[in-house]
Amino acid sequence: MTVTLSDVRVGAELPPLALPPISRTTLALFGPASGDLNPIHLDLDVARSAGLDDVLAHGMLSMAYLGRLLTGWVDQRRLRSFGVRFTAVTPVHGRPTCTGRVVSIEEVDGERRATLELAVTLADGTVTVAGSAVIAVS
Amino acid sequence: MAIDPAVVGTAQPAVTVDVEPGRLRAFAHAIGETDPVYTDLEAARTAGHPDLPVPPTFLFGLGAGDFAWLTGLGVDLRRVLHGEQHFTYHQVAHAGDTLTLTPRIVDVFSKRAGSLQFLIREIAVRRDDGSPIADLRETLIVREPAGAS
Repeated sequence: MTVTLSDVRVGAELPPLALPPISRTTLALFGPASGDLNPIHLDLDVARSAGLDDVLAHGMLSMAYLGRLLTGWVDQRRLRSFGVRFTAVTPVHGRPTCTGRVVSIEEVDGERRATLELAVTLADGTVTVAGSAVIAVS
Repeated sequence: MAIDPAVVGTAQPAVTVDVEPGRLRAFAHAIGETDPVYTDLEAARTAGHPDLPVPPTFLFGLGAGDFAWLTGLGVDLRRVLHGEQHFTYHQVAHAGDTLTLTPRIVDVFSKRAGSLQFLIREIAVRRDDGSPIADLRETLIVREPAGAS
């Protein structure tokens, strides 16, 4: 089941965010827009010279998708912290899905805060990003 | 090439950036953002924002660019993996804000007999009125080529 902010409780799941396959156009747009200009994401020749078969998607693109999962659920002004580990690379044409689940709720600095466990998972089951976020719920 | 551990504690030159609405819209477009708060000024104002809000991960790239600081340490960008990224938020920044990023290298260490080097950097982001926006912490992993040490 999915949950709204008013009845958030431990174990509640956010509405998942399923993305279309990552295209080369997306990488070409995300590089300059995000400021991450590492050619390993943009230039096939550079990728091949590093022993890769193809360019890789930016890790921060997947984190940005997780950001959409969060701000699609709550107002961004409620976001207190957001952190991830990049656990696997995302190939071109990878199809990420973002998920989140409330794992704890506690009182901090006079507000009720929920800690969410987050993941980005590709269609083949590979977890590419694992992380957490803290959100003020009241 | 091993990164000299003496760089730990190095405060890097501060970077001051104007947050441009066009770049925020380009970022929203690139990530497929559908919430008009991030692209439409009227929607942002209706939601109580003074201008388009800076989305949660946008601050990372403000100081990234061509990673000249990394190549300056002798790092081959093809061998760099982004290991971890963390943001602590103090307030939301908006289009029109002038932000100053102050990066500092806080740790360098290696694992697997030096074949993986870890580089940890923290970046404080403030608005030009001095108010804190966010604190970033990034872990970069540099893979040494096989046979090198």
